[in-house]
Amino acid sequence: MNRKWYAAPYGVWMVIFTVVPFLLIIYYSLTAGDGGFTLSNFQRFFDPVYIKVLGRSLGIAALCTVFCLLIGYPAALFMTDKKVDRRGMLILLFVIPMWMNFLLRTYAWLTLLESNGIVTKAVNAVITFFGGEEIRLLYNYNAVLMGMIYNFLPFMILPIHSVLTKIDRRVIEAAQDLGANPFTVFIKVILPLSVPGIVSGCVMVFMPAVTTFVISTLLGGGMKLFGDLIQQQMITTGDWNFGSALSMVMLILILISMFFMNKFDNGEGNIM
Amino acid sequence: MSKFFKKAYLYLVLLFLYAPILTLIVYSFNANKTRASWGGFSLNWYMELFQDPEILNSLYITIACAVIAAILATILGTLAAIGMHSMDKLPKLIFTSISYLPMLTPEIVTGVSLMILFLAVKLELGFVTMVLSHVAFDIPYVIFAVLPKLKQMNNHAYEAALDLGATPTQALMKVIIPEILPGIFTGLLLSFTLSLDDFVISYFVGGPVQNLSVLIYSMARRGINPKINALSALMFVFIVILLLVVNRRASIVEQKQH
Amino acid sequence: MKKIIAFALALMLAVISCGCAPADDANTITVFNWEDYIDPEVLEDFEEETGITVKYQRFTTNEDMYIKMTKSGASYDVVFPSDYIIERMIAEDLLVELDKSKLTNFENIYDWMQTPDYDPTSTYSMPYMWGTVGVLYNIDMTGEEITSWHQLFDTKYENQVCMMDSIRDTIGVTLKMLGYSINTRSEDELNAAKEALIKQRADGIVMAYGVDDIKDKLINGECAIGLVWSGDAVYAMGFNDSLRYSVPTEGSNVWLDGMVIPKSAKNIEGAHTFINYMMRPDIAARNSEYIGYSTPNEAAIELIDEEMVADSAFNPDDEVIGRCEWFHDLGEMLPIYERIWTEITAN
Repeated sequence: MNRKWYAAPYGVWMVIFTVVPFLLIIYYSLTAGDGGFTLSNFQRFFDPVYIKVLGRSLGIAALCTVFCLLIGYPAALFMTDKKVDRRGMLILLFVIPMWMNFLLRTYAWLTLLESNGIVTKAVNAVITFFGGEEIRLLYNYNAVLMGMIYNFLPFMILPIHSVLTKIDRRVIEAAQDLGANPFTVFIKVILPLSVPGIVSGCVMVFMPAVTTFVISTLLGGGMKLFGDLIQQQMITTGDWNFGSALSMVMLILILISMFFMNKFDNGEGNIM
Repeated sequence: MSKFFKKAYLYLVLLFLYAPILTLIVYSFNANKTRASWGGFSLNWYMELFQDPEILNSLYITIACAVIAAILATILGTLAAIGMHSMDKLPKLIFTSISYLPMLTPEIVTGVSLMILFLAVKLELGFVTMVLSHVAFDIPYVIFAVLPKLKQMNNHAYEAALDLGATPTQALMKVIIPEILPGIFTGLLLSFTLSLDDFVISYFVGGPVQNLSVLIYSMARRGINPKINALSALMFVFIVILLLVVNRRASIVEQKQH
Repeated sequence: MKKIIAFALALMLAVISCGCAPADDANTITVFNWEDYIDPEVLEDFEEETGITVKYQRFTTNEDMYIKMTKSGASYDVVFPSDYIIERMIAEDLLVELDKSKLTNFENIYDWMQTPDYDPTSTYSMPYMWGTVGVLYNIDMTGEEITSWHQLFDTKYENQVCMMDSIRDTIGVTLKMLGYSINTRSEDELNAAKEALIKQRADGIVMAYGVDDIKDKLINGECAIGLVWSGDAVYAMGFNDSLRYSVPTEGSNVWLDGMVIPKSAKNIEGAHTFINYMMRPDIAARNSEYIGYSTPNEAAIELIDEEMVADSAFNPDDEVIGRCEWFHDLGEMLPIYERIWTEITAN
């Protein structure tokens, strides 16, 4: 027996659970409730309301990616200074929160950011001390953004760190020997060499951020992101045709951005 | 930049990551139901947690689903990888591309499409559909964990076994599998953890069956419940212990190898 | 290696076998009820007394429930829909005709609720709870009584108002505020309601859209005003003395939730036993006292705490009911409501 036949069961599986569902989504997105062919589901998506939601999703995901990069890059960089054995411990510390159920982590912010939560109380104590008016931290755009940064930050730190540790120390030393100051070394040597890690990190943060519906549901108090729209159509409204069309839009969007990101990425930064 | 600054920065980031979890743990011992005030130390929420059949049931579903899905995915995925490894270029490309698809697809789209699939074939949503879906999204991770090990493997060993009179199955079990075992274990572990933590796909395909993530989602939407705090605390302790043990073992193995 | 595989298979079989064993037990019923809508101890007692195991599942809104029941292929034995959904389910032939001889406790129900509009002969449904939609507010935070829907749209209450993430309730009260029927079929009136709700969000008045968490937010002083169902108000007022409930003067919605058996039911016998048990006076009284909704069970009222019965939120007087309207099934208007709702929530 030829060994390639070992893949046969998976071949069948793949058709049933990957190819057919994919075709079903396409089918639903192109039909009306009565089964007739139509493009109206996609036309409906171009209504300003939905475009606005898409814009909001892309915007918040982009913002989240930028923040994760700004916070995460220095962290990843500073970690490389540690001795190898301490570094393992440090990486573990960054990994542990990722292992915790992500709903629990999001839920934790619910407790902290409500009016009686300690973060809100602390922030308001400071604000009122300077004569400002008390603010609410939960159920708004910033709460969702914060929840996203919190959830996805490790996805930025780890790939960048893994690329940074692979940089040949001798290159850096050579730059220093040639008289470059630490800042120049960073800009001219470290940063360019860590681009693959940055790209991987951005992909790993941006993708889940743009598709999430949990964080916005729990922390946004009714703020709708693109994922929420799909969820609403599938679960509450039951308009699977429109829901499928929205899913197609999201899928195409993700595949396009993956394509562009891949152009920069040579795969080094993958932590998977 | 001073060493002190770097250290402080790292600790600050870690504080950001841990503060919410630690707060939950502290609140899990609060006798009061609201967070407004501290009502004294109490293990009450832990007692209630273990008496809540809904939580215990979903805990069981989560573990059962993750175990079954991980094992099935590992078997199917390993066989698939072995098969794909000896395929010609074109079929291999087709298999690899289609396997990548679920990894690239947003979870919500996977969940929605699988839900539509199950309902189209009139399969009642529940535990079975949840397991099938978990296997479906686990398999690619197994394949891509095993394939690199197959590439590293010396192909002549397999042929030598055949020349020496082993049947193909014997050669597979005695030669190939032991070679790629580390990859299989990686795949198994990855599948297990992915299933354990999954929310989005289970939410769409589970129907009435709720795993822990789905249950937490619905509980959190009902308002804040101290039982979830107790659950978080327990899960956190469990994960820390598990990771420390795994890490310890890994470093012992490493030391032995040196 | 073989040992590992054998172990893995054994483990899997063990998990499967204990996972599936209780599932197909003939003496099990699957109940699909609202969140926070039963005294959990009643369920335990029911299991103990009848030997029937209850698989209990919950939904947040009528719409979620309807989609799950009709589209997910799941089978339920007892479901708790509201009036207008029962109307739709009857029209779509989704319900089993009840066997009245097994529902001996039906005689305990008030006469006027034995013949509801949506099911005049009570052929398909038994009443479970009834109540109104109104405003729950914190008098300390508002400093005034809330008697009009317009107050929920007043910029004075910026970031203080919780609206309900439930299509009929939120659109319905807005229609009432504008002086229209909650069952309107006029697109102009609906668009007016849509504009009002979108403006309410744009003005920053809405703190959050929620359902079961609204009462929690009011109890904890997270927000000042919330759109709630009357029972949630009674429940919340028990935890926070500053909370008040009112049904605004422009009118609102009065509703009746029933118990029905869908055609997909697997244990119709057990479902009847469950429904009849829920109508037993002492059980109805316990549920009512626990969740805070009014019972349609005349015999149960006598068993309920007098103070609670005197509460107008629990037991609205005829004047309040007089200005309220019942929801009706929207029929072919539903897609238009849904589209408008999607637009409101997406904004």
